Parts: sequence; structure tokens; C-alpha cells
Amino acid sequence: MTEKIKRYTLGIDIGSTTVKTVLCGDGEIIYSKYRRHFSKVREVALEMLEEIHPIIGDKTFTVALSGSAGLGLAESAGLPFVQEVFATGETVKRLAPDTSVVIELGGEDAKIIFLQGGTDERMNGSCAGGTGAFIDQMATLLDMSVDEMDKASLSHKRIYPIASRCGVFAKTDVQPLLNQGATKADVAASIYQAVVNQTVAGLAQGRKISGKVLFLGGPLFYCHGLRERFKETLKLSDEEAVFPEYALISVALGAAIYAEKLNEEIGFSELCDKIRSSIGSSVGANRLPALFEDDADYDAFRERHARACVSEVDVSSYSGNAYLGIDCGSTTTKMVLLSENKEILYSYYDSNKGNPASIVREQLLHIYGLMGDRIKLCGSAVTGYGEELIKNAFGVDIGVVETIAHYTAAKHFMPEVDFILDIGGQDIKCFRIRNGAIDGIMLNEACSSGCGSFIETFARSMGYGIDEFAKKGLWSKAPVNLGSRCTVFMNSSVKQSQRDGATVEDISAGLSVSVVKNAIYKVIRAGSPDELGKNIVVQGGTFYNDAVLRAFERELGRDVVRPTIAGLMGAYGAALYSMKLEKSEILDASALESFEHTSKTAICHGCQNNCHLTVNVFSGGKKFISGNRCEKGLGLGAELEKLPNLHHFKRSYLTKIESKAVCEYPEATRGTVGLPLALGMYELLPLWYGIFRSLGFAVKISPMSSKATYEKGQFTIPSDTACYPAKLMHGHIEELIEMGVDAIFYPCITYNIDEGDTDNHYNCPVVAYYSELLGGNMDSLKKASFIYPYLNINKKKELVKELLGVFDLYFANRAITKQEIKRAVDNGFTEYNAYMDAVKREGEAAVKWARERGKRIMILAGRPYHIDSEVGHGIDKLANSLGFVVVSEDSVFHLAEPVTVNVLNQWTYHARLYRAARFARENSDVELVQLVSFGCGVDAITTDEVRSILEDGGKFYTQIKIDEITNLGAVRIRLRSLMGALEQ
Amino acid sequence: MQKEYVSFTKEMKKDYTILIPNMLPMHFTLISKLLNNYGIRNEVLFTKGQHIKETGLKYTHNDACYPAIIVIGQFIDALQSGKYDTHKVALMMFQTGGGCRASNYINLIRKALKRAGFGYVPVISFSFAGLEKHPGFKLTLPILHRMMYAVFYGDLLMLLRNQCRSYEINAGESEALAQKWTNRLVEEMEKDRVSYKRVKKNYKLIIEDFNKILRKDEKRVKVGVVGEIYVKYSPLANNDLENFLVSEGAEVTVPGLLDFMLYCVYNSIADYKLYGRGKVKYLGIKLIYKFLLHKQMDLINIIKENSDFEPPTYFDHTVTLIKGYIGIGTKMGEGWLLTAEMLELAEKGVPNIVCTQPFGCLPNHICGKGMMRPIKEKNPNINIVAIDYDAGATEVNQENRIKLMLANSKDVD
Repeated sequence: MTEKIKRYTLGIDIGSTTVKTVLCGDGEIIYSKYRRHFSKVREVALEMLEEIHPIIGDKTFTVALSGSAGLGLAESAGLPFVQEVFATGETVKRLAPDTSVVIELGGEDAKIIFLQGGTDERMNGSCAGGTGAFIDQMATLLDMSVDEMDKASLSHKRIYPIASRCGVFAKTDVQPLLNQGATKADVAASIYQAVVNQTVAGLAQGRKISGKVLFLGGPLFYCHGLRERFKETLKLSDEEAVFPEYALISVALGAAIYAEKLNEEIGFSELCDKIRSSIGSSVGANRLPALFEDDADYDAFRERHARACVSEVDVSSYSGNAYLGIDCGSTTTKMVLLSENKEILYSYYDSNKGNPASIVREQLLHIYGLMGDRIKLCGSAVTGYGEELIKNAFGVDIGVVETIAHYTAAKHFMPEVDFILDIGGQDIKCFRIRNGAIDGIMLNEACSSGCGSFIETFARSMGYGIDEFAKKGLWSKAPVNLGSRCTVFMNSSVKQSQRDGATVEDISAGLSVSVVKNAIYKVIRAGSPDELGKNIVVQGGTFYNDAVLRAFERELGRDVVRPTIAGLMGAYGAALYSMKLEKSEILDASALESFEHTSKTAICHGCQNNCHLTVNVFSGGKKFISGNRCEKGLGLGAELEKLPNLHHFKRSYLTKIESKAVCEYPEATRGTVGLPLALGMYELLPLWYGIFRSLGFAVKISPMSSKATYEKGQFTIPSDTACYPAKLMHGHIEELIEMGVDAIFYPCITYNIDEGDTDNHYNCPVVAYYSELLGGNMDSLKKASFIYPYLNINKKKELVKELLGVFDLYFANRAITKQEIKRAVDNGFTEYNAYMDAVKREGEAAVKWARERGKRIMILAGRPYHIDSEVGHGIDKLANSLGFVVVSEDSVFHLAEPVTVNVLNQWTYHARLYRAARFARENSDVELVQLVSFGCGVDAITTDEVRSILEDGGKFYTQIKIDEITNLGAVRIRLRSLMGALEQ
Repeated sequence: MQKEYVSFTKEMKKDYTILIPNMLPMHFTLISKLLNNYGIRNEVLFTKGQHIKETGLKYTHNDACYPAIIVIGQFIDALQSGKYDTHKVALMMFQTGGGCRASNYINLIRKALKRAGFGYVPVISFSFAGLEKHPGFKLTLPILHRMMYAVFYGDLLMLLRNQCRSYEINAGESEALAQKWTNRLVEEMEKDRVSYKRVKKNYKLIIEDFNKILRKDEKRVKVGVVGEIYVKYSPLANNDLENFLVSEGAEVTVPGLLDFMLYCVYNSIADYKLYGRGKVKYLGIKLIYKFLLHKQMDLINIIKENSDFEPPTYFDHTVTLIKGYIGIGTKMGEGWLLTAEMLELAEKGVPNIVCTQPFGCLPNHICGKGMMRPIKEKNPNINIVAIDYDAGATEVNQENRIKLMLANSKDVD
């Protein structure tokens, strides 16, 4: 049949993980193939071409390359290239011209093409990893293959909210779910749902996906659960949702179709020569020196580290007292049994497979067996994420905060240790030690977790086990330089290096270096290695990887201590900690035999947070509830509710402003104005309330945000890297529209209230101008007048003048006079001042209350909108439950003098923050915890400044980065560590 | 209230060299030479390479703006290079002030210098808002007057070079001519008097020279570049975007620096009109605005009279374009100007636009990405791609997205 073909065209699509080839004869597919390339881009491409050789023989053809890795190959080989989304468009136009929308998910890209009503082709931005690589990562986390995960997802019963923005965020949601006992089926389906949400929210950005939708790309071809989620979310019928058989090869096919337009024909051997000659021709300049010079260098290194060991004693020959330490981490469970002389009798380290309780039970039984009658267990202690759960389930004697456990262990190896760095599977922790006490704690924020599991997932995606992959890195001659940013960026850096011809060895070594750089420069934020300390202990499973360890020493220019039990340090420390005990109350063997553990999920409706609770029931009806922010869900909230909480005070004042109003208002006859309770409205609500009510408008305020608020508005968010408080604004607008208001008011306020002690008094650009964005992107605003004038709130006279213009424009028929507006503005400011005064008075009262009772005070500081229950994730209640009296920055800043700062003090909100920090510095019973929104550019400036204000006075600086995620486990550890450190 | 800073004293003026980070090669070469003529010894840093970004990341908060990271990296790299006596150099940074965090660049630079052990190096903020005092660095009216012409010259050279280089028959000719003129203008500035007559004559000569370049009669995809000012212009920040686009066969249009100056001036006018702030300043500013507009009109007319080159858009018209899109009060960062420039390009027949911004740039959430939907709605032919630049972002991702934009542009044609 090939004899009759007049014209051959070849399309080659090389993506981040696979190579696809399609050979067409006169426009018909005669051959196609799909294969993973495991980073050997050129080699695999050549092998796949060989398979075409028998078909094409010595005939000439036109060829086009496509795909993210194809770009580099096309360039260096001098072959035609077509952009992959464009290529997909070509395919669809030919094979399914009646398609309305194409959704294509690839290894690391997500694309959407709108074909009707104006063609529009879009790709995900640089910060959006919810694609094939993301699904692979999640499968690893679930300890399943992608196939198994897919099958499991089909039998799900419920969907949990998982952050849909980026893989790293989603991980922080998934981990606690698993730890709390959610089923893998539910989690798998939830992960797919997150991918769908991200595609729809991130790419469609308000454009409706309907009509015939074509789904393309590997993940959508293989994952049936994902298909189901898409269909359900987009409400597509079987006819409308099309999953064609060419889903895998659509780009390569498009390239082949594109090649029809090309004139330059090429022969088979010429093509192979071109590709071959491009191999290794362009070793990118961006390389690093090798980790080890030679074998001797490596041996010396090994030998040095082998010295930091703990002696082990054969448990079967030992008799006497013993102590047990358990470290129940986010992904792994570690246990250590110590002798009286601190020797290790038994140790355990393994993945907790999402069910730590059953592993601990199993291990305890095993340990009891080993102990026999010779050994007496005198003490036990537990630390880590699962501390509370394990402590309650098994009656473990002591719970130890992670930081203390690790410090206790590190001291054993290096008594004068002044810095500990722990890189685990999911997190990076560092502690600085001064005068024998923990002095500073740094944890990685959700965005920069280039941690251990990242290397592991990467190794798997390239077809290696972690050990083999790590070993390869040791011998790289020129490790690639991958930068020090988040996982998503590293993925694309790897892509770039593949294009430059990097080998697996180079990539492995490069990843190790970047994990290290990430820890030093991003988490610890050290300017020079000397800032870390002189006596450094490193630990955590990731440091078992010699490449990482070596890279770390290289970067520091200093030798460090890696104990041979680097992965067991938490458990070892806990065991050491328990040595002060004489008798253990932990469950004995017979109790363990009959031990039962079931968990179910529930939602607490005690307050707006609607916490997802996991209720663990143990044998004998003992219960342990997790997932709660406050103690309410536990049924014993009465006592703790009484601790003053300024966040709570402010929330109830603002949401019940009608009952708090100090002025008399006329009947509402002029219509209804809606005020969205988000961003700057959290500060100025009383002002606008007073003004509109005075003028005879009814005022409706959107309710406090929740996850549902976000979901309502998420499809109209144009910039996925904006802060969460801004994104919530979209939902508030939708809610006001649903409430049926005549107008929505959120003015543009360049200059915020001038409080007189700063260089200037701006709002940040997002708070100031977000209305411009809303007006341009939210169609539903057409259902009401959206009023967003530029107003000067620092001069009443100006404000009156400006408002007069506004009312003339929008409410001309209401005949509102200047006199009326003047009075309204006066009333507005009366309300505003009453509110601000009330906050300050309440702040003073809280401080007084705390001092009378000897309680600690926490300034949970940020900006006014951080009190929102969704933005703040109920951290205020968590702080209360830990025994802190919680105040806000704007309730206490007036108790300190203005501060001289190193930066331009030009934002009203932040000036308060600096003064509040000074208040904390000057008072030994006051601590400051700064809430920082992810993506807040201004906070890159404020955080360093607040830190230096506090540290100048020898205070701790604690920062909590918040976004849509709600990983309260990490927040709890952070706050408890702060408490632990304070108590030392 | 701010802490003390190292100021640039009169004594320092005698033997210190001021280092200035490059943003626009031609403009900055002209300005640098001009300052030298007035006894302000200085050098523009043209250094490049990945290590600059890494040095920046090392000494500043990694979430700080990308431009700040690069500039800090470039400064510290220069100080560490051994090329300079670090006790005889000062640094200078242009900044505009305002509610964007960019107004904190100077402070970030000082903090970074301190961390790197160069806390003693003075940092001069060059700002029309007059944010700080440096006795050894005074810009007199004659200097400012000449700097203004440097901007006009720079804009003209950039404009003509861009309009020629994608069509030139002799490769490199346009760039060489632009270079030649830059050098010639530099020489001319050494001579004392600047007369506007002479400037206008130079405009004409420049235009005539570019007109002589032999060009192919081909149709090229026209691509405009807009965005955050530093990333938009600086090849170091945008991975040599202009050259990449040219190598892909496009004709590049980059709005001039004058637009940004006019935008800054206009914001003071808007402050008075919107909020009744600074009436006295307003009256003075209004005069400056008119003065600059007048000069711009002269340039536009000279281009029209002497060639078929596409002149810059008259700023007074640019301002009107944003009506129905964004308010004139959006003045942080590039603010409404960014939206205006996209619309200006669309109006000029340049429907393909690369909108550049540092990753997580706050104002660009609103005036860049936030305005794309309304712009596309009202101008269905427009083809915009937003590209984020960042120390960790990779060229391959950026190029791939730009290529998608280019592929679509061919469809539009």
C-alpha cells in the first residue's frame, strides 16, 4: 500500500517525559508510537526513528518537531519546530472540527484551546504544577502505582478539598488527610478533583467550557478517574466529553500535519545524522563542579561520617532497663529502644503507609517479644506529627515537641552543637541554639519544599530507585545548576538541562545541590555559611544521601556531623528524653493484643471554621479527635473560650456592625448597597457603613469567607499568583450579587488613613486597586452597579466632594445633597473611630487580663484582613487553645513608640506591624507571630524588618505563611515549639 | 522614619566612581557620559550571567522582586570582582517612589550590602521625588536638561533600530548605526552648549541615516513588549527577549522611556485631580508635562516629515486609551500605563504582545494580567502572552510560551 503514497510527513513530539512519533502518508496515519524517554531524549528519539525505517525506506519526507524538549533538539539539529499547542490545534481542526474546547494535560504542562467564538490557546503559567508529574508525585505519596491510584479513585465516597494551585500545596493537604485516616480511594479522587479545579480555574479563567470537549494527553488517556472528575465538574454528557484514541499522540500528529506545509524534504539517514550530531553538542554552560574528585576523596568522606555513630547492643543478650522513643512523622514512623547506657537495642524506620497507629502497635508487640522478661521498659516518649494520636492510643508516657526531641539527640553527638538542620521527606526544619536553649526555629513554608520526597519522586519518574539515583549523582562530572526555588521550577529547570544534553548523573547531582541551596538560602535565609553556626549537626532521612550531604558541606565550606542514625534522631531524642522516668504506663502486650482502632470523619459545626475532624476510637471506647483548630469540637471548650482573643472580637464587631453602630440612622429607603468583607473592607467597613446608612441606604455585608466563598469566585481569577485574601474577593462579590443588592461598593484607596508616624501611608497595590481587576473580569458584576471611585479618605472636605460626584453618577435619581453627604461622612468617621478605639481598648484590656493571671500574650500580627476565618484558618483559636491571650497588631501598636526602621515605612498597615513588634520586644510576656500571605510581595520586606526588630531585643520571630492550605499540624508544631523554647 | 544611611559626601565626589546598573544600553550610555562630563564619575554595569542572579538570591530575600534581586546581584558581583577599590565606589539606583514595594529597592540594596560586608558603600537613590539627601550628588538644571535629551535620543535610536533590524539586508547594520550615533551624540555632549535647534537637526540626521539602510520588502510578525519597566527593557532580566523575538523573525516594538517619565509626571496631576493633593506641586508639574508633550510632538512630526517610520504615540492620546478599562488613579508600579501601552500597540497594528513581569509582581496582577480579559473582549484580534520572569524560571518555559504566541500570530495574519 505504501507504494501508492505520494507524500510522507513525520511528526515527532518530545515532551518532558515521553517521545511520540507519527508518520503520515498523504494525510493518513500509517504509524505511531508512544514511549517514555527517562531523560535520554535524543537516544530514545533515534531508537524510535529506527522503527520507522522499514516503512519509509529511502523515500524522502518532511518533518516537524514539537514539545518542550523537542524545542532544544530542533534548534541544535536545525530541524523545523512547531509549538505544541498550535500543533494540537492542527490535529483537532482536521480530525474533530466540530470541537468547542480542547483540554490537554501533559507531563508538566496543561493547555486549553477554545475553538469557537474566537480561538484562544492557553498554557498554564510558571507556577502551576497540577499535571502528569503531579499525579505521579501524588501516587508516590499514596504508595501506589498510577494505575492502582486510578482504580482506587473510582470507588470513592467523598471528595476532600485539596489546594488546587500547585503540587507542593496539594501535598501539604494530602499528607494530613492520610495521617488522619482518610481512605486512599477518597484521597485519590480528591487529587483528581484538584487537577480538574486547577485546569478549570487556572486556564479557563472565567471562559465557559461547554459544547463538545476533547480531552487529550497521557494523564487523560490513562486515568479514568480523572476523566470522570472532568465530566462531572463540567457537567458534560457522554456525547459532549470526547476521549479520542489519538489522545496520546495528538501533538505528534499535529506536527505531522504541520509538516505538510513544509517544502524541505529530508531522507531517513540524513534526519538521523542531524539528530545524532546534535548529541552532546551543546553542553550548557550552567554547570557546577563535581561533588567528588575521585574514589579516594569519596572514601575519606565516608570514613569521616561513619565516626558519628551510636553503639548498638544485641537485644537478645541484654538485660536491664530500657527506654522507648517513637517519632511519628508525616510520612514515616521511627522507633528506637535504648539501653541504660544509651545504646541502641532496637530501631525501626519505615513509611507509615498512611496508618501509623497499626504500625506502632505491630512494632510494640515485636519489641515486647524481643524484651522478654530480661528487659524492663522504664519510660516512653513520642514526638512528631502524630504525637497526640499515638500518645492517646497507646498511653505513651510523654509527648515531646519535635524541636526538643531533635535537640536532645543532636547534643548527644555534639555537646556544643549550635545549629541543627533536618531535611525529611516533607519538611525542612532548622534550629539555632544559643546558651543551651533553642533560640530560633525555621521551617520550610509550603512553597519551597524541595525536600527528600521530591528527589525520590524524581528518581522514580526517571525510572530509578532512590538509592541508585543518588549514587549516580556522586560521580557526575558536571552537575547541572537547577536554582534554588520550588519544585515546579526545578521541574522546568530539569527540562531545560535535558535540552542542553545533561545526563542522569548530572541531574541527580544537580537536584542534591538544589535541595541544599533551597535549605540554606530559602529556608534558613543565610547570607553566608558562617551565619549558620560553627558546630552543625545534620539529620533527617534525606541526609543519608551522600550527594546531598557532600553538597551541603561544599556550600558551607565546612565539615558537619551526620550521625549514622540521621533518620532516627527524633525517636532517639525522645528515648533519651524518657530516661528521666522510672516506670512506663504504656499499654502492655495483652492490651495491645486486643487493641482496636477505627477512625471516621466528621465536620465540627461549632463555629465558622467547620473543621474536618477525624474521630479515632480505640479499644475501650477511648476517643481521640484530630483536625480541630480549637477545643470546641472536643466538647470541653468552655474554659478556653474565656481567653481574650482580639481576632474574635474584631470579627464579631464587624459582622454585627448594625448592633454596634454609635450613630442614629434613618430608615433605609434609597436602595441596598453591598460591601464585600475582604481586603481593605476589614479596616474601613465602619466608615462606609456609616456613610451609606446615613444616606438612607440599606447595607448588606457579605458573610465571613469560607472555602465555599473561594470556590464560588475561583473561575474569574486572572492571576493565579495573587494572594489568597485577594482571590477571596471574587467569591464575596458573587455572594453579594446572590443577596440581591443594587450596588456593590469597594473604592480604590491609594492612600490609606494617615496615622502620622510614617514616611507615607499607602495601601498595597492589591488592596488599593483590586476593584479595577474585578470590574474587568467578573461578568456577574453587570447585575449590579459596581462602584469603585478613587477616594481620598484623609480629608473630609475632599471626600465629600468626591462622593458627591459618585452619587451624582450612580444615584442621580435619589437627589442626594451635599449637606447630606457631609453629615454622612461625619457619621462614617464617628463609626470608624469608635471601632478603632474599641479595638485599642479591648487590646489594653486583654493585656491587663493576661498580666493579672500571668498568661502569655501573643500578637497574632498581619493585616486587618488576616482576621478572616478562612484567611487566618482559625490560627487565633489554636493559639488560644495553647494558652495564649491573642491580640492583633492594631489593638496594641499604640502601646509602643514609633519605630525607626531600615526600610521605607510607607504603608499604614505595616507601620502598625513594626510598632506592635516593638511592643513585643519591650515586654517579656508578649510574643509576636506574623501571619504572611503567600504571594504577598510587600511581606518580603516586612518579614525581615519585623524579624530584626524582635531579634534585636532577643525575642523569637515566628512566621506563619498562609494560603488556601490548612495544614494546621505544621502550625501547631511551630507554635508549640515556640512555647517549648519560651519555657526553656 | 528611617535609620541613618551612608550619604555621598562632597569629598567622595572627588575620587569615587558611581556604579549604575544597566537597563537600556543606549540611553544609559548617553546618560553615563553626560554625568561624567559634569564631574560625576560613573560607570554603567553591563555585566551578565547566571552568577549575578545567584549572588542576588544569596544576599536578599528570595521573595523580593526579581529586578531587586538582579540589581543587588550585579552590584555585589561588581564589588566582589576585585575590579574596583570598594572604598572608592558608590552605587546609584533609579527609583520612582510610590506605593509599590519597588520604592524599597534602596533599602534592600543597603541591607544586602551590609550582609555582604560592604555596608560602608554609599547608595544614591536617583529620584525625581527627592527621597534622600546626598550632598556630593547634585543634579543641576543643565544636567537634567541634557538628560532629557538623552532620553529622547535613546528612544529615537531604539525605535528606528527596531523598525530596521528585522528587515535589514546587511546583517547587523541597524545595530551598528545605532551604536555609531550613540557614540557621536556622546561626543557632541562633551561640547558645552545644547541647543534645541541642534537636537532637532540631529533627529533629522539620525532618521535620514536609518532611512538609508537597505531593507527587504517582507511582511514580519509585529510583536510589542510591555511590562514592568526593568524586566521589559533589561536584557539581563528578560533573557534577551528582544533578540530572541528578532531571531524568531519578528519586528519588535518597545514603547520608549519617555512614556514612563510622562506617566510619572502625570501621576502627580492625577493626585491633585482625584484627591485634591499637592496643589502647588500640581501647577509646576502641569508645566513640565506640557513642556515634555511639546517636545514629544516635535519628535513625532520630524519622524513623519522625514520618513515612513512609525513614530511613537503622542502621550496625550495614550492617556485617553484606558477609558473603559482602568482608572487613571492606578499609579503603583507601571499602573495604568501598562494597560495603555497594550491598547496603544493594538491601535498601531501590533496585535501580538508579550507582557513581561517579575513573578508575583503586585501591580501587574491588576494592570497587566487583570486587564487582559477586557482588552481581549474589546479587541478580539489581540494576542497577548503574559510571561513571568524570576531567578528560578527557565528560558525553555518562557520561550515555549512566546512561541505559542508567535504561532497564533501567524494565524491572525
